[in-house]
This record gives sequence, structure tokens and C-alpha cells, in this order.
Amino acid sequence: MSKKRAYTVTRNAGLFLGLGGIALLVLQLGTTAAQSPFWFWTALLAMLVGGGLFSLGQYQGTVAGIKNDGVWFNPLTNKGLWGWLLGIVLTAFYILLYFYPEVLGYNSQGQSTGLIAFFDPLSYALNGKAATQWFVYGTLYTLAILIFGLKFMLKYRGNRYQLIKTGANIFFQLGFAFLLPELLAKLNGDSPYFAKDLKNMWPLNYYFFEDWHLDAMASGGTLGKLMLGSGVLMIFVVSPLLTYRFGKRWYCSWVCGCGALAETAGDPFRQLSSTKISVWKFERWMIHAVLVFVCVTTLAVLWTYTAAADNALGWSQQYLWYFSLVLLGGTLLFLRGYYGKQLPKDAQYAAYSTLIVLLFAVGLRGWNGSEPLFGISSYQLRSWYGFGVGAVFSGVLGVGFYPLLGSRVWCRFGCPMAAILGLQQRLFSRFRITTNGGQCISCGNCSTYCEMGIDVRAYAQKGENIVRSSCVGCGICSSVCPRGVLRLENGPVAGRTATQKLEAFVKTTTA
Amino acid sequence: MKHPSNTLIIIGNGVAGITAALEFRKHSTAPVVVLSDEHPYFFSRTALMYVYMGHMKWEHLEPYEPTFWKQQNITLVQDRVLQLEATTKTLHTASGKSYAYGQLLLATGSEPRKATWPGKEAKGVQGLYHKQDLEQLEALTPNIATAVVIGGGLIGVELAEMLHCRGKRVIFLIREQRFWDQVLSKEEAQCVAEHLIQHGIEVHCDTTVAAFESSAKGELSAVKTTDDLRFEAQFAGVTIGVTPQIEVFKNSGLNVNKGILVDAYLKTNLKDVYAAGDCAELQQPPQGRNSIEPVWYSGRSMGAAVGSTLAGKPIKYDPGIWFNSAKFFDIEYQTYGSIASKADATTTHWFWKHPTKNCSFRIAYDSKSSSILGFSTLGLRLRQNQCIQWIEAKTPVHQVMNDLMEAHFDPEFSPRYLKKIQQQFLSQHPTFVPKP
Repeated sequence: MSKKRAYTVTRNAGLFLGLGGIALLVLQLGTTAAQSPFWFWTALLAMLVGGGLFSLGQYQGTVAGIKNDGVWFNPLTNKGLWGWLLGIVLTAFYILLYFYPEVLGYNSQGQSTGLIAFFDPLSYALNGKAATQWFVYGTLYTLAILIFGLKFMLKYRGNRYQLIKTGANIFFQLGFAFLLPELLAKLNGDSPYFAKDLKNMWPLNYYFFEDWHLDAMASGGTLGKLMLGSGVLMIFVVSPLLTYRFGKRWYCSWVCGCGALAETAGDPFRQLSSTKISVWKFERWMIHAVLVFVCVTTLAVLWTYTAAADNALGWSQQYLWYFSLVLLGGTLLFLRGYYGKQLPKDAQYAAYSTLIVLLFAVGLRGWNGSEPLFGISSYQLRSWYGFGVGAVFSGVLGVGFYPLLGSRVWCRFGCPMAAILGLQQRLFSRFRITTNGGQCISCGNCSTYCEMGIDVRAYAQKGENIVRSSCVGCGICSSVCPRGVLRLENGPVAGRTATQKLEAFVKTTTA
Repeated sequence: MKHPSNTLIIIGNGVAGITAALEFRKHSTAPVVVLSDEHPYFFSRTALMYVYMGHMKWEHLEPYEPTFWKQQNITLVQDRVLQLEATTKTLHTASGKSYAYGQLLLATGSEPRKATWPGKEAKGVQGLYHKQDLEQLEALTPNIATAVVIGGGLIGVELAEMLHCRGKRVIFLIREQRFWDQVLSKEEAQCVAEHLIQHGIEVHCDTTVAAFESSAKGELSAVKTTDDLRFEAQFAGVTIGVTPQIEVFKNSGLNVNKGILVDAYLKTNLKDVYAAGDCAELQQPPQGRNSIEPVWYSGRSMGAAVGSTLAGKPIKYDPGIWFNSAKFFDIEYQTYGSIASKADATTTHWFWKHPTKNCSFRIAYDSKSSSILGFSTLGLRLRQNQCIQWIEAKTPVHQVMNDLMEAHFDPEFSPRYLKKIQQQFLSQHPTFVPKP
């Protein structure tokens, strides 16, 4: 008993220190006087060390194993008072960040103040410029993945899949999303801004194919051309190959930044994702609607961009059509060839209707033209997308609502990248979750702790393998299963949905 | 209540009754009524513990949404059957209603075996099986400081984990020399016991209750043991096994022994009356199986078989090779086939244990023919289909151990202990030598 109390002291000391660090940040709001760098580094260190101590105190002295004790009794994790409060605070932060950054101290005309200027010491050290609201956000985001990543690793320390996966989350966020782009920005100080995070590909990075971004990459020297080339290669070659080999988990729960935050900071809220059938229906409409929206927007933007014969890339409208039609037609032919008539109905509807829309657009506008592709200005379309999907959905709802709707709201309902990878995972990938014969006892731990709201039990109790487009392969269902029923596996595509129905466990000796 | 004459009535909405209802529905459109007084909807009994521990909410225990039953056209009624009148094919219930059946399936499950020790009436002495047991425990919980769990089996270890998780001091009394001694080997039981002790459970073997003491208010105050220890306790969990819940049918003309006697089609002696799950007792159990098997998997298999039979597609209940699984705090347990706690005259056992971790592997094989008989593992996950296939094919133990990685089911990146196990076995047994 006395031993237990000692750990609680460590835990509470860490909590106190971490909250102290956050308090230092909050204190900066509204200040105009320049702050000594000392306080910035103190705050940063307090959050890091405090977070570490908190996690150590929480799990030190416990036996390795999954600890979800009391999750539904805790008002922070059961949508209780603390959950609502945290949800409101996070949402408010995102609203300020996206729509009122000046409240945080951001000044687009000159020197920033307040919280934004507070981060100058780190910003100068990394990219040689003053901090912006996006730098502050990036730093806090990375910090959250570091701190809660460590906590996650301690919680799941008995499971190597979880340890390695979390290591990858931290590595890709800290290195690829945060440090590398900042350092590259420092080396390319004079060129206009373009995205330097290799792994943040279209359509998650929806502005990749926008005119200003294409121009910036085209004029961005070797690095710009490299980012352009790798960006195109990632979405059309690398990503399909990796998804075929490992399922969409290689991206969604190992590499992606949104995924990394959900896996680490979002872990205490994963059980809040609804497994209701009605929500699943809504999810399928919603996420594919966003995918269509981003495709239409991107096509319209590229159409407008390539209308100018002297565009920096030298692409023509005609080639845009050829490329789109060949890509879609090729995919369709391939799937038809592979699945024959067994290609799922909804996949057929989606693919053929897209093809018809494309052909209709060609018929309407011809191979070349200067009018807006769908009759709406591409600038209008992309500003709607940027506001509705980019800011409100992925930011405010996506993270602000962690404590209310679970950690994967954005990934599940809104992310067009997840939608593409999901289609591929469902139709052509070696990944599946295997059910171990008849061992399921229908307990429901897997469904409860699935962050994507998949009713895993519905499959497992029938002895069916789980092949679902939304599964991000986080592996938690397998970890929390008390009977060792579930295993994430890569294997031959054929027969991966194989079902050993209940009857398989009763020999059918028909009379 | 008037129902069409082809109505199937199922008493009990546990896994046997519900699996039967769903299987029946696949083949027949006849009306199905499921009666249960415990809870309106099917839930996972094995997961009751996770609600108490705060891992899940009650609704998570229910595998199907309430609308599902309407879609399936299965009528759920919360009521308790008091009498079965076989001559008129009628059921009488506690709410005063009567139900006429065309066919009847009895799937009433088990009830906890009751304590017989002096003072057993004290408030705070109870079993754990029904939803109502859990509610009673939840109500007592704020006043429990120390709890005694009696009985070294699966429900006992679950109850110990539940109480421990809610911050109670737990004293675990095991009547036998060691934990779950009919099933686990000495080393396995030792491994589990050490794990319980590491968690802070006070394990006492070779002892049981002598008497319960209670306060003036009739609340449990202490438990005295047969080895003259006395523990002040506010709760005593009696987990000394379960018995078929068949009291209500005893004067209905049904042939009963410990359970309701059934043939290979799960048919009772009464016309159009069947029984499945924990409450059924097979008159001729298949080889290697017990006549009463109160486990989830057997209930589900029986339900699937009888559901088809009731729908006019008779299937003999043949559960095939035995398998089971459990979890003792953080240690997962799996078993396939026939493997006793220790070897007998005709079988050989081989055992591997990780030097420090809670991982072990045990096999049983025929000493003469060397064919594999069974597996028992702690902390390792084996692929069921592979193990069953080996056992069914009477595969020689050397071939099994050569191909052992085929049964690997641990999560990706897990240490490949099966590889070590394989190497150790093959180096110890370069060739098979039959026992004389």
C-alpha cells in the first residue's frame, strides 16, 4: 500500500509540473512585452518532464498488461464533466488557431506578440524566422505526440507491435513532420512556401495541386522539384504498393501525423467511437462525399491552372484529361479483371458514376477551355473545401471533439486519404485481421476499444476474418482480446475474407 | 398468450438459446419467442466482469442492437417460467401468462453451486453468475474492505481480479493443493498462483471455509477457514462451480439427472421438447467430452445444432475436438484436445516454460503411436484450426513440432517463443522412441 502511494506522488508531481508548463503558455495570451527565452525553455521542459513523470508514476509498479480499469468510471474518459471541459477548451483553441490567430498574438503585418512570439527562440533556432501560429501549433502537436506516446508505450509495454508502432509515430512526427521541414525551410530561406513534409501527401494535403503551391514548388529549386516529384510518386506509386502489402495501417496508424496524435494523445478516448450501425452508414456516405469533393476541387483547380499554356509545370488540360481517364479506367478494368462479377456493388456504383461524371465534363467542356470546369470558380470550390474540410472538420471537430466522439472523428468520417487507402484495403490488399477459430466469447472488448467504431465482435463471434475499409490496423482489438482471438496479418489476397461460420464448430452429421 | 401452433419457444436468452434462435431463423420463418427473466436482451455472460471493472458499459455486452431482433422477427419477452405442462404444450409464467408452444427449447443455463457452510445466510455471501449477482455485488462494493473468494476455478479468479481492481483486499481460498488442479499441471498452476500473488492476491491453498460470522444486522463480518484462520471480511464470493438450473422442470415429466437428459439430437423424453447449453446432460457424450459442459463454446455449438434440428434439418450434436480458453489476470490460457493435468500410463507430456516470463507450452501425445493428443499454453496464442487439424489427423508429435510455427498466432513482432520451443523439443527428442 505504501508503495502504491509513492507512485502516486510521482504521478501527481508530474501532473503539477506539466500543468505548470501549460499555465506558462496560457499566461502569454494578451501580453505584448517581449518575454525572456528562459521562460519559454522552462515551459517546454516542464511539459516534457512533467508528462514523463506523470506516465512513469501512473504505470510504475504495475504488472505489464492492458489496463483499462475504471475507464468508464472516469469523468474525463466517459464523456463526463472533465471530458466536456477538455472538449470545450480544445475546440476553443482550434477556433482561435484557425480563425482568430491574432488573439494568440499573431500579426500578419509585422512582429507577433503573446503566445506566438513566446515560441520565437525555438523557431529562430530551427528555421531562422519568427514563429507563426502554425509553428506554435506544430510544436505543441509534436510535443503531445512525444508525451502521450511515452505514456502509451508504458501502458502497452507488454506488446511489441504497440511499442514499435508508437516508435514510428514519434519518429515520423518529430523527424519528417517537424524538424526536417523546418531545417529545409532554413536552407531554402528565400523561396516561396511549399510543403516539405514528404509523407503529407495529396489528398490529405489538399493544397498540393493548387496553383500557388505548384508554382512555389516549380520555382523552389532542386528541393521544390524533389517535393513535387515525390508528392506525385507517393500518391500514385508508393502508397498503393505499401497499402497492397500491409494494408492502410502503414499510413494511418504508423506514419500519418493525424493518426499519430489519435494513437497517442487520443488513446484515452478511443472507446468513445460509436459502433452503431446507423453511424457506420453515415460514415460511409460522409467520408466518400469528402473524397468526391476533394477530387472535384482538385480537378477544377488543375483545369484552371493548366488553361494557361505557359503554366510553370508545362502541363496541358488535355493531358489532365488523359491522365484522369486512364487512371480511373485502368483501375476499373483491373478490379473487374480481378473480382469479375464479385466486385462489391457500392464499389461499382462509385466507380461508374465517377467515370460518367468525368466523361460528362469532357463532353461539356471539350479537351481544352477557359471556363470553370463545373461551372463554379475553382477558387470558390477550394475555399469552401479549405474552410469546411481543412479547418472545421480536420481541426476543430477532428481533435477538439476527441473527449466526446473519440479519437478518430476526422480519420473515420472526413479524411479523403483514409477513404482512398480504405477502398484499396477493402478491394486489393494482403491485410486482414484473422479470427482464431471459434475462440470468441463475444465479450465486446474489441468493439469497445476500436477507435474506428468497427463492431469487431460481429465478425469475430461468427469466426469471420475482418476486412474493413476503415480499419487503420492499430492492433488494439488484438491487444485487449482476453482470449487471443484476433491477429493482424498480411497474406494472400485470395480467400482473406474466408469465413469459418459457426457451423464449422459443430460437425454437420446430417441425419 | 395465443401463438400459432408452429411457434418455437426458447426459455433462456443466453448463448445456447440465442444461437439456436438465429440458426433456426436461417432455415425457417416460423414464429420464435424467447423468454428470459434475467434481462431482455442477449448479453455476453463471460464479460460481466469487465462492466464491474469499468472496461465496458453494460450496453457493450450486448452483441446485437435492440432493432436487430425485430429485423429477425424474434420476439423477446422478459418473464419467468414457473411451470411446463407437457400434455397441453403450455408454459405458465410468473406474470400469470400462459404460452402455447409448437416446439420448446430449454436453455436455462446454470446457477452457482450454493454454500453449505454454517452462517451461509449472511448478507455478503453470494455467487457470481447472473446479472442480478453483479448488481448485488455492485451495491455491496462501497462497504467492502476485504473480500474472500472461495473456489480455485475460473469464476473464482475472475472475481478475485474484479474485486482487486476496485481496490479491495482479496483472500483467495482454494480447497485443493493448487489452483484449478483438475486442468492445469503443477507448473502451470504454480505460474498462475505466483502471478496472482504478484498482483497482491492472498492465495491460500488446501483450505476452505469452516464458517461465516455475521454482525447483529446479519451482514458478513468474518470468514473462518478449515486451517483455523479467521479473516475479517465484508464479502465472500462463493465460486465452487455451477449446476444446471432445472428446478422448475422437476415435476413436469422431463427425465432429469443432474441436468435435463437429452439424446444426440438434444431431444428430451417429452415430445417436441429439446434442451441445450449448460442445463442439458448428454446421455451418451461423444468420446473425450463430458455429459455436462457449462462453457460458452459448448453452449454455442449445441445452440447451432439444435437450431437447425428444430427447423427441420436434424443435426447430431458433435462438438468435435475440445477447446477452451481463459485469462488469469494478465495471463492468457488456451487448450486444445485432450490434455490432463498430468500424464497417465499411456500418454507422455512435454513441458516448456520461459525462465522469467509467464509463458509456457505443454503437449500430450500417445506414448506408443506418438500421435498428438492435446495442447495447453499460458501466455502464448496458438492457431486453433492448425491444432485441431493436427489432433484430428493423429499427427505424430515430431511432425507437429517440426511444423510448429504454423500454429503461431501471437501478435506481429512478438518474440517467437514457438521457435525456441521447437528447437528445445527436437534437440531433446532427436528421434521418437516408443515406450515399451
